[in-house]
Amino acid sequence: MSLQTMLGDRQKLAYIAGQAADARLNVELETEGMTLNIGPQHPATHGTLRIICRLDGEQVVWAEPSAGYMHRGYEKLTEVRTFPQVTTLVNRIDWLGSFANEVPFILAAEKLMNIEAPPRAQHIRTILFELSRIANVSLFLGDLGVQMGAITPVFMAFRDREYVLNLIEGATGGRFHPNFDRIGGLKDDLPKGWIDETRGVMKKLRNFCDEMEDLLFGNEIFQARTRGIGVIPKDIAVQYGMSGANLRASGVDYDLRRDQHQPLAWDKIDFKVWTHPDGDSFARCWIRLQETREATKIVDKLLDTLPAGPVMAKVPRIIKVPEGEAWVSTENPLGEMGYYVISKGDLGPFRVKIRSASFNNISIVPWVLRGVFVPDVITILASLYFILGDIDR
Amino acid sequence: MLAVHFPYWAVSLLRVLGGIVAVLLPAGTIVYLFLFKMMSFMQSRLGPMEAGPYGSMQLFAEVGKWLQKEDIMPERADHRIFKMAPLIVLTSTFLLVAVVPFGPDALFTNFDVGVFYMLAVSSISVLGILIAGWASANKYSLLGGLRAAGQLIAYELPMVLAVVGVVIQAGTMNLQQIVLVQNAGSIFGWDGIGNPYILTQFVGFGVFMIAVQAELTQTPFDMPIAESELVSGYMTEYSGFRFLIFFIAEFATAGVFSLIASVLFLGGWGVPFSWFGWHGVDGVANWMNVVGPLIMFSKMMLLVFLIMWVRFSYPRFREDQLQRFAWKVLIPVSLVNIMATAILKVVF
Repeated sequence: MSLQTMLGDRQKLAYIAGQAADARLNVELETEGMTLNIGPQHPATHGTLRIICRLDGEQVVWAEPSAGYMHRGYEKLTEVRTFPQVTTLVNRIDWLGSFANEVPFILAAEKLMNIEAPPRAQHIRTILFELSRIANVSLFLGDLGVQMGAITPVFMAFRDREYVLNLIEGATGGRFHPNFDRIGGLKDDLPKGWIDETRGVMKKLRNFCDEMEDLLFGNEIFQARTRGIGVIPKDIAVQYGMSGANLRASGVDYDLRRDQHQPLAWDKIDFKVWTHPDGDSFARCWIRLQETREATKIVDKLLDTLPAGPVMAKVPRIIKVPEGEAWVSTENPLGEMGYYVISKGDLGPFRVKIRSASFNNISIVPWVLRGVFVPDVITILASLYFILGDIDR
Repeated sequence: MLAVHFPYWAVSLLRVLGGIVAVLLPAGTIVYLFLFKMMSFMQSRLGPMEAGPYGSMQLFAEVGKWLQKEDIMPERADHRIFKMAPLIVLTSTFLLVAVVPFGPDALFTNFDVGVFYMLAVSSISVLGILIAGWASANKYSLLGGLRAAGQLIAYELPMVLAVVGVVIQAGTMNLQQIVLVQNAGSIFGWDGIGNPYILTQFVGFGVFMIAVQAELTQTPFDMPIAESELVSGYMTEYSGFRFLIFFIAEFATAGVFSLIASVLFLGGWGVPFSWFGWHGVDGVANWMNVVGPLIMFSKMMLLVFLIMWVRFSYPRFREDQLQRFAWKVLIPVSLVNIMATAILKVVF
């Protein structure tokens, strides 16, 4: 309640400040501000996010994101589904890395039922989790170029993401919406020859990262457009509840893969968590590039240590989850994603709250967009990297 | 000189037809070769493959599609001006090509202040773009139009200053004379390749090509169009054949500016006169009227290739960075170039 009113007050103050700026301009130059709606239909919003900007010339005086144009009501829909059916819904939240959405929900259900998947299933889950991270973030790297006018990188991203999608399809049968995770394990084991193919693809993806580094990150115009633009300091990033690469780009060394114990295979290998001290658009893009490269190495290491054994624990035919509440969150491609599941001992969940990363990540938009120019709005939004399904759920 | 004499009506007809060919043929070739095919190969895809062999008829299919489309106009647009804008942009292209010489006799006008005229009419397209942005009654278009006006005016200046070096060195503003001087010239007495001004005016050439890139609003300088933020800027509300006119004008202007750059810096239609022992324009053989346009065309394609190469691989500047680049880098550099050219002209 108090937080709600505080936010409202601050936004009101910001709006008053915007109007005061207009009034001052009116006195000095007899001009007036302009309200520019970026979206809901706009190429830079990857869907239907609307950002209301008050402009003074090309400078943003006040900005406010308006989400909800694509609300699909998944939290409510889960209440009329059984537990195994929910994965089909939550697949569609972050549609570029859909396998990663299933994992925390299944983990929450397993936590309530007090069972744990066999080690091989945990390993394969982690591998597919990282593959969906690669598929997601590699597309971000390409899209970044398009937002800044370079049209070539996006085709390279689509080309190399295709290999990863083929791998996910080979293992799960679905390219976009695998629906492969089961309570107590996985639907199937990995197909024959998949491991060798994955190693080859990871090599290709590392080449892709090098290519992006040369083509985009080394470019002077790219650096001029992103360095020092949209700086988010450490404390502000924490206050707004940002997570994932956006938080690490502000210098906060926080990664749920490393900092929290999950029944997944990240504990069993070493990997580097990248951080950047700057907190600007360039840092956010750079962190994601490094994370893609790191993810390919994680996949390689996990393939090396893949244990033998079954992929499914012993679970009853008809799954009834005992009464209780569970909160599980994981480090998804976009940031921290969690499910708060309440069960009343029925076939389906009583209530589910989804904490999706993008919703919190774009809540900083009014703060970070104040005073920037319209072209920078696009680069900042691109570097914050949200997915509409992840905002509106 | 040409021995045959055409009647006045035939010459006029040839000029009109030649002007249309000189604008539309490069535009079509550029769109097919560079926009469709080269961009596709750079992006590891094939591009259009279905319409005609290797998709070569794709452009005709596109034109057919655009012509069939409904003529949509925003309700609150300023209708007369909205209709006028694409035509003004295309007119500027046609006016530009009028001074480009294609051969010893294959020229539209032998204009003594051709360079001056060329620089003057090239800025008419700014008007078209500005009123297109204003008349669309769209905030994005308005921002795009204003950005275009600011940018095109800022880059007009380095372009003028880059050309001044050539004019000083050639001692004439007649484009035909500039071609002749380059091809009849010699480098320290050696006349094997004439004296193309790209060798002495390489700074001017660089500045000119950058300014052309900005005048054409091609990618590092495509802030006015900026499809990812302004949704194509001043072209947002244009569809169907009006968009087609903008589209043709964009690529035809790329071709015409490249033609002018090849005249100013690469020796235009000519071959070094010493190869065939020619002296002056009267000595040039008649077959150059046929071969000259082909030479011009190949030089134009080379320059357009440069423009498109940059366009397909660079991200875009921000508006203020773009202005800063024009005023703080290009203009001082071209001023220094003019001074150096003037001093060297007096010394040698």
